[in-house]
Amino acid sequence: MEMIEHGLISDTIFANAAGIGGGISVIRVSGSRAIEIVNDIFKPKNKDKILLDQKTYTMHYGHVTDEDDHIVDEVLVLLMRAPHSYTAEDVVEIDCHGGQFVVCRIMDLLLKAGARPAEPGEFTKRAFLNGRIDLSQAESVMDVINAKNQFALDSSLNQLHGAVKKKIVDFREQILHESAYIEAALDDPEHYELDSYGEQLLPKIEYLISEIKELLRNSDNGRILSEGLKTVIVGKPNAGKSSLMNMLLGTEYAIVTDVAGTTRDVLEKDFNLDGITLHITDTAGIRSTEDAVEKIGVERARKALDEADLVLYVIDSSSETDEADEEIMSCIREKKVIVLLNKCDLSPMVTEEKIRERLGVPVILCSAKYGDGLRELTDQIKEMFITGDLKYNDEVYITNLRQKECLMKALDSLKLVRNSIEELVPEDFYTVDLLNAYESLGLIIGESVTDDLVDKIFHEFCMGK
Amino acid sequence: MPFVEESYDVCVIGAGHAGCEAALACSRLGLETIVFTVSVDSIAMMPCNPNIGGSSKGHLVREIDALGGEMGVNIDKTFIQSKMLNKSKGPAVHSLRAQADKSDYSREMRRTLENQEHLTIRQAEVSDIIVEDNVLTGVKTVSGATYHCKAAVLCTGVYLKARCLYGDVVTHTGPNGLQAANHLTDSLIAHGIEVRRFKTGTPARIDKNSIDFSKMTEQLGDERIVPFSFTTDPESIQKEQVSCWLTYTNEDTHNIIRANLDRSPLYSGVIDGVGPRYCPSIEDKVVKFADKNRHQLFVEPEGLHTNEMYISGMSSSLPEDVQYEMYRTVPGLEHCKIVRNAYAIEYDCFNPNQLYPSLEFKKIKGLFSGGQSNGSSGYEEAAAQGLIAGINAAMEILGREPLILDRSEAYIGVLIDDLVTKENVEPYRMMTSRAEYRLLLRQDNADLRLTPKGYEVGLISQSRYDWVKLKEKLISAEIERVSHVVIGANKKTQEFLAEHESVELNTGTTLTELIRRPELNYDLLAPLDPDRPELHPEVREQVNINIKYDGYITRQIKQVEEFKRLEKKKLSPDIDYEKISGLRIEARQKLNKLKPISIGQASRIQGVSPADISVLLVYLGTI
Repeated sequence: MEMIEHGLISDTIFANAAGIGGGISVIRVSGSRAIEIVNDIFKPKNKDKILLDQKTYTMHYGHVTDEDDHIVDEVLVLLMRAPHSYTAEDVVEIDCHGGQFVVCRIMDLLLKAGARPAEPGEFTKRAFLNGRIDLSQAESVMDVINAKNQFALDSSLNQLHGAVKKKIVDFREQILHESAYIEAALDDPEHYELDSYGEQLLPKIEYLISEIKELLRNSDNGRILSEGLKTVIVGKPNAGKSSLMNMLLGTEYAIVTDVAGTTRDVLEKDFNLDGITLHITDTAGIRSTEDAVEKIGVERARKALDEADLVLYVIDSSSETDEADEEIMSCIREKKVIVLLNKCDLSPMVTEEKIRERLGVPVILCSAKYGDGLRELTDQIKEMFITGDLKYNDEVYITNLRQKECLMKALDSLKLVRNSIEELVPEDFYTVDLLNAYESLGLIIGESVTDDLVDKIFHEFCMGK
Repeated sequence: MPFVEESYDVCVIGAGHAGCEAALACSRLGLETIVFTVSVDSIAMMPCNPNIGGSSKGHLVREIDALGGEMGVNIDKTFIQSKMLNKSKGPAVHSLRAQADKSDYSREMRRTLENQEHLTIRQAEVSDIIVEDNVLTGVKTVSGATYHCKAAVLCTGVYLKARCLYGDVVTHTGPNGLQAANHLTDSLIAHGIEVRRFKTGTPARIDKNSIDFSKMTEQLGDERIVPFSFTTDPESIQKEQVSCWLTYTNEDTHNIIRANLDRSPLYSGVIDGVGPRYCPSIEDKVVKFADKNRHQLFVEPEGLHTNEMYISGMSSSLPEDVQYEMYRTVPGLEHCKIVRNAYAIEYDCFNPNQLYPSLEFKKIKGLFSGGQSNGSSGYEEAAAQGLIAGINAAMEILGREPLILDRSEAYIGVLIDDLVTKENVEPYRMMTSRAEYRLLLRQDNADLRLTPKGYEVGLISQSRYDWVKLKEKLISAEIERVSHVVIGANKKTQEFLAEHESVELNTGTTLTELIRRPELNYDLLAPLDPDRPELHPEVREQVNINIKYDGYITRQIKQVEEFKRLEKKKLSPDIDYEKISGLRIEARQKLNKLKPISIGQASRIQGVSPADISVLLVYLGTI
């Protein structure tokens, strides 16, 4: 992991600073290349203006554009040159509209331009090391670093898609095996042969390169993460929750995964809605119950509700709301909710207006049984997401970016190996880059290198006198 | 009762490969030094394999030499066969290995010690260290003699409470029946030093006259011998060499071993020391690699004046009768006569985490430790540590900064950093894969890397230092010149390229570009470079390597710069990590135990996370 040193910062970092309200988000970039990197992705409205030449404390209007020169967003860019900034480094702030969708696109472009996602607490750490905040604040910085880091580590592991994790473990195993063979042969050349090993290795490296490219492509639409918007379906028994779930999953939308450990009462599924992953939990009905087994289900349902980013509340429109509905409504008051008035094919006892008036949230008429209302529901979710009304946990995006950064590094290292093989460089050079790839991939799954290679050599190859 | 009482600057305990280097370093720096050994006849003895060097170990020997140590010089005087390993691979993994005449090696080293000014050799078993207020003040021998000193270097090798085993035979001796040192451990433990038990083993020695070499493959030395020492004139050591022989075990061998496993002290539980994985006994190999139907064996001469042959690859602690049976299944050894049995040896050693990278004990000022007793294995690893421990004992007495090589400067740096920082659970062997910056740590540039440091310490002569500095200049001047030599796409060039199966030029290029081609090199291109100055072969070699692998070398240099920044951030041993808010509990405990000297070293401790390192950086900013 990159480290910084007092007054001598090498790399450039970015993070999504807290939103300032009114639908504006701020992305902060800091480091010696901050201005240069933002310059790469920013087109000022005034075409004669060059960001690199601008003075400190100036604001610039223009667009962030992607690799194909498509406009990503209209932004304001604020320039602060070292040492007159929070971190005492060159800092650029990008104020952009829109929800996380846009923020994430911009961060992605920053990553590709050569910046990296900040470690937890890193802005504050730099500020401190560069003398911008005082001693009394230092202690709290130290506390924050480890607390946040643990959280990031945990969430990064939890969010990693099971299948992706399996692949990365598998790639690492292959890389380690090849490295161990080469190293065993170098350590015991009278025992293991390396002649024309490059030819054998090349197709394996090609395979790894194409697999990692595929992962990177997938990471663009968020599929590398198992965690999507935490979406919980609630409603009293027989309101049609399960039918809704089936309606959602029975569509053309891809089912991303089955989550292991589902219980009889909480069924979890991921599905992808035009690039937005929903992690849907179907709960047992929320109501008081004496049945012990069901009670556990209810507990879990309440917990799922607490953590939810979005609640889909299913009401049976063919019967009057009762005590159970009252209880649900009291539970979801603080949440982003979409109400689904189910069974609208039957004669309604509950009207759309009544519910909208009561809860002040979007209401959609649907019939889970006949599949009506699905389009309206997905449009509603997308709209809430794009306007920034709905959000992932920030850490999820950052984690995705960090993992992407590691994948990019691993890919670069493997390309260097391929290069070495093609240029007929001796075999001992391969391991240098193989091990770099191994290390980068390890960071994704939270594993460091330590003595893996030496252990592998002894484990697989019979060495020595 | 009257007893002997003397005073020295330094006491070196043990005169094996580590002890010899430590004693020579201290005395050559002008300090009155005494070296103790249980037997003067066993100075620099090679109780196991009859060779010096090998993959990565060869690097260590070159580094020892570049710093002013003796091992390289001594093997150049006494080798009987020499080989550069991995010659078809990159220059970073070329490694020298020489077969030694064991008795010559030992005798030559003894002669060097005996004729060294300020150095006294004493046959005696040291039984106690004397420590006052956590400072070492002297040592005592079994006879009660007291030797006052300012520093002591432990180089006890495998002798502390040693016992040798094969089958159910257990002898309480060191290697070759030499007396074990049975008292010192208790004194060390009493002074708070943590001791553990490791084991290793050696194969049988067999009478040459009982071997049928026609059933084995001859292994010759190199035609052109490269010396270990930068001070040895290559011409002076070109000589007739002695062969080694290759043969294999087979299923018969393995069946005998399997049938008798219960009689091996390794498997019957008699041995409780931890053995190395890289140098396994033949019984270990047969058990762990059960799918292999044969294992390679090298039959190597122990010297010119003996008929004993070392059976490399077949160390064992099986009983005598099984040894006869198994060795005799090997082609060429059907009628072999064993001169010495194979055996395993168990010994006390120290957890090297108790040492600073200077190899001084954190708990006892003035007490240093180097060699196999630090949990390493191999003559070269021992010598390297002995040299550093000796130098640093001297530096401390002279009031100077310790010599600490980091991982980007030398294999010796990697070796010592691994020992003092990581959790080592078995005897540690050097390997090229342990050196992450190995493209820079080549055996060919050990002098450029380390001789200036040896000069600063005081172990390198002015003229030797001047040559290294001149060499450095010549290399960079020539690299610069070559980059401006334009090679035209003319007839002469094209013919030359065709002759060397290299693609013809479309347009002119520089000589540098041509040197980079895999099939070409600096020397080969001389005909296209008429203005080339006459340069020393060592200079030409460096020019070639630096140009050819420039991309890789530059990349590693960048990594090293990154690495150095954390190495330069020093941590005081007085820091109480328990008091640093924000460190995780595990990190606090580990840091307090290991007392790293830099943030860099801290970052390599198991159980210290990158986030903890960030916390330490912030902490350093607050003090």
